[in-house]
Amino acid sequence: MPKLIKDSAIAEDNWQLLAASDDASTEVPAGQVIVPLNVWHAQKETLSQRADEIGVWLDSDQLADEIGDDASKLPLIAVNFPGFMDGRGFSTARLLRERHGFTGELRAIGGVIRDQLCYLKRCGFNSFDLDDSIDLAAAIESLNDFTEGYQASVDQPLPLFRRRA
Amino acid sequence: MYQYDEYDHKIIGERVAQFRGQTERYLAGELKEEEFLPLRLQNGLYVQRLAPMLRINVPYGMLSSKQLRKLAYVARHYDKGYCHISTRQNIQFNWPDLAEVPDILSELAEVEMHATQSSGNCIRNTTSDQFAGIAKDEVVDPRPYCEIIRQWSSFHPEFAFLPRKFKIAVTGAAEDRAAIQVHDIGLQVLRNDAGEVGFKVLVGGGLGRTPILGSVINEFLPEENLLSYLDAIVRVYNQLGRRDNKYKARIKILVKAMGPEQFAAKVEEEFQRLKEGPTALTSEEIQRATRFFPQPDYAQLDDTAADSDLQKLSDDNPAFAKWLQRNVREHRQPGYAAVSLSLKPTGVAPGDITDSQLEAIAELADKFSFGEVRTTHEQNIVLGDVRKEQLFELWQAARSGGFATPNIGTLTDLICCPGGDFCSLANAKSLPIAESIQRQFDDLDYLYDLGDLDLNISGCMNACGHHHVGHIGILGVDKKGEEFYQVQLGGNAGTDASLGKVLGPAFGAEEMAAVVQKLIDVYVGQRVDGEQFIDTYRRIGLAPFKEKVYAKAD
Repeated sequence: MPKLIKDSAIAEDNWQLLAASDDASTEVPAGQVIVPLNVWHAQKETLSQRADEIGVWLDSDQLADEIGDDASKLPLIAVNFPGFMDGRGFSTARLLRERHGFTGELRAIGGVIRDQLCYLKRCGFNSFDLDDSIDLAAAIESLNDFTEGYQASVDQPLPLFRRRA
Repeated sequence: MYQYDEYDHKIIGERVAQFRGQTERYLAGELKEEEFLPLRLQNGLYVQRLAPMLRINVPYGMLSSKQLRKLAYVARHYDKGYCHISTRQNIQFNWPDLAEVPDILSELAEVEMHATQSSGNCIRNTTSDQFAGIAKDEVVDPRPYCEIIRQWSSFHPEFAFLPRKFKIAVTGAAEDRAAIQVHDIGLQVLRNDAGEVGFKVLVGGGLGRTPILGSVINEFLPEENLLSYLDAIVRVYNQLGRRDNKYKARIKILVKAMGPEQFAAKVEEEFQRLKEGPTALTSEEIQRATRFFPQPDYAQLDDTAADSDLQKLSDDNPAFAKWLQRNVREHRQPGYAAVSLSLKPTGVAPGDITDSQLEAIAELADKFSFGEVRTTHEQNIVLGDVRKEQLFELWQAARSGGFATPNIGTLTDLICCPGGDFCSLANAKSLPIAESIQRQFDDLDYLYDLGDLDLNISGCMNACGHHHVGHIGILGVDKKGEEFYQVQLGGNAGTDASLGKVLGPAFGAEEMAAVVQKLIDVYVGQRVDGEQFIDTYRRIGLAPFKEKVYAKAD
């Protein structure tokens, strides 16, 4: 079973990721599956029946609005980073958490690197599917590269200026 | 000046530790080159032609004498004994050893300095007016807001991987000395009719390949909404800015493509959803920031008496008179003046300063100006609060230090990037061009007669030397491996900002001093009473200059 970082620990990944496809009516296999957004939109009615089994993944150009209020009902949303320099997913994550009421597992997938984990966490991600070459035990340390931040963030909704004595 | 508290120290300390770890992993081969690249950039570290270059932030240009001494120490121990003031008020070291950069950052953290986000695709150091807090035409001191923005932008978790770099400038005066129209976001602090403080917000200005002046998207943003509105702008940009082409990735391209009205509407929509949130500034926070920039402990002085003493000294000493005229500026406090120390003597790269000069300036700051200085976007250093009665003494000290060249605002006070001598992006050298022009115009009386003239030189179209907004702009270009220089006329960085127009075909390096001389000859021949170069250009246009410069030799 592949491994990832979840809630600051190494965990097994029980989810299967369904690759992007132009065919939105493609068959969604049994078990825990993360489907592309177009598949979710096309098959929402049936997939909703499978409640805890279906997550959705957003590509970097699919903004949080595109899943909208569906977010609050999903157990998992994954956000893809085609490369680690593509920072759109940071905004997507915050919006899912802060605007669309998403409380499930928010997973960063694709090209993210260890050195982004702290910022990703602050934007609301709690699971990280890193490249197989990365030493997860060492990478976990980077979640806490910073223990204090100036800005409001998902993990600390009050900016520092409201907390300074 | 702003003073760090335990939180600031902790955050900067954690940054140094993080970068130390990243550097060690890189040197051990555990971090790939392409992954280390943006991480080092976000810590100010470029790799240049000959060595790495480390850019240190000088937040809105303010430096204490203690920080100057630390910079001198760094220059001496980790570099070749000098550094460079950039056109965005920062300090650049040209010869650090990569492995020692974490140590340098650690040294700087001790004096509350950092290199965070001084390059890379993130929010850069916020710049401001070098006369903030002392200018007569100032409405509101921009520095407390600059500091609030510094903290908001530092390690912003959402905006560390933007489509491209992002620069913010703030002014609080009637005259724009911070070039806010050519920044990604330009802010003008002002008061409305009710006396409340707010911001005029410009977005989408910039130089580089596609020079463009910013568009106003908000005429009056109340001060408490500053950070929520900035969050809204940068969020819209982060989501919608182009990422497919690095030359079309700046916010100016997005604003242009959407149209400023449409962009403003999008920002407004996002802002409305953020404005009641916790990022809304509290009056306590604004007051806290403001308390760090109190009026210094000025003496009550007789301004008229001071002026009459200066007049006597000037009468007896023409060299002092010239320096007073060019390098000393009026101040809002009676009996005080602001003094520009020129880093543009002929024969030295514009903006370069040695370790011992940094220390000498620290001494001058302690003795004459409450221990503080300001770096300027024209690459000089300002002593902000000098008693007029001490100007003569200061002038003598500045002369022996080598920074009393009385050329501030003149043609030889040119802005110039490091160019092809140092920079790996450059198409052409810029420093030798600067020197050849300075040598051509070495007669001070002649130079003064020419009045205020901004000559800006960039070694490539990235425009670090701001050539688009020079009255005379020079751009280095590469033609089949040879270096040529294109001339632009009519740019201006101030309140009535404008972008220069290309004069015509480019010239060889050896022709440049003579070309500039011809341009000046046209101005001198055509000017009418009191006109500065830019005024004459705006009246007569490009054609007469073009005609003269490209005329066949008789």
